Amino acid sequence: MSQFRLPENSRVQPGKSHAAPAGAQNVKTFRIYRFDPDSKQKPRVDTYQVDMGSCGPMVLDALIKIKNEVDSTLTFRRSCREGICGSCAMNIDGVNTLACTKAIDEIKGDAKIYPLPHMPVIKDLVPDLTNFYAQYASVKPWLQTRTPAPPDRERLQSKEDQEKIDRPSACILCACCSTSCPSYWWNSDRFLGPAALLAAYRWIIDTRDEATGERLDELEDPFRLYRCHTIMNCAQACPKDLNPSKAIAEIKKMIVERHH
Amino acid sequence: MSLRSPLGRVLGLGSAKGGSGHWYSQRVTAVALVILGCWFIASLALLGAGAPHAAVVGWLHSPFSAVMALLLVAITAYHAQLGLQVVFEDYISDKGTRLVVLVALKFALVVAALIGILAVLRIAFGAQA
Repeated sequence: MSQFRLPENSRVQPGKSHAAPAGAQNVKTFRIYRFDPDSKQKPRVDTYQVDMGSCGPMVLDALIKIKNEVDSTLTFRRSCREGICGSCAMNIDGVNTLACTKAIDEIKGDAKIYPLPHMPVIKDLVPDLTNFYAQYASVKPWLQTRTPAPPDRERLQSKEDQEKIDRPSACILCACCSTSCPSYWWNSDRFLGPAALLAAYRWIIDTRDEATGERLDELEDPFRLYRCHTIMNCAQACPKDLNPSKAIAEIKKMIVERHH
Repeated sequence: MSLRSPLGRVLGLGSAKGGSGHWYSQRVTAVALVILGCWFIASLALLGAGAPHAAVVGWLHSPFSAVMALLLVAITAYHAQLGLQVVFEDYISDKGTRLVVLVALKFALVVAALIGILAVLRIAFGAQA
């Protein structure tokens, strides 16, 4: 059966507390999931009180401040700090999003920060995305054609056709959508998940691509595609305001279309 | 522990190249059930609460009512089978258990459908009360 409770060694224990520096006026409390595979201890939630008077506005600013000034063992991924690399995806205040674009003052009460749900945790806020990336690779996210490229210029595409792939191309593969999807939680070994399916859709509707049929063949599977039950957590979680749910529905419609 | 590559694991046994029929049938039967359900409720309302036994039997004697009732029973069972199959596939991860449960589900709903169909036929072909 699906596992609804965390396994014994994943159950979260109370952790350490780090008080705000003396004289701090505006204090925000961050409750952050910690797991160190080397310590052989169960995960815990550490509490950090941060002086907002000397902290940037975003959750990532607070995480970097904690790592720099309070606890250098706190581990998380980050790179661009402007919502384009997708590295700092995590579960903040119960919702998967990017730490760099989530404003601290949008969070009421204590800020609870966990790694992306239902993924193996490498350390603290760093999930293992190996399977997620392999699923992306499995949809062959590149142009496939039989017509040779024109020798003197690019493959052309009309402005309207480009606009079709404009939005789906904006996916940054942060994994917020797939890890918010219950179908993905229970069956991520076989269900490709919203991110990989959105990527597949992006190539299916690309008018320059000539492998549309093969792509649909590969997706037509009770688990790879049809585990999606249009729950729409993906669309709600996406920090880029994309709609993988709609893309998946379009794929399903296209597959039915070729039977009729 | 497996040394198989992550991509190899994701590709697995390949695409089943199926599932669209299931998905499509689920939606078509849902639409059919809306129509049949409305007909059923309207028919019962027309008969009225506390209608005598003879009136109900007489109603199911008409070929149209009998066919609609048969469709309602059969399509309800089919739609339930399709829907429950999805639920079991979602939540039962053990391959063997999943297969046994899915086969048992089909058996149970075929039996339920046949009981309902036989009941309707018995009234439809039985003596007019």
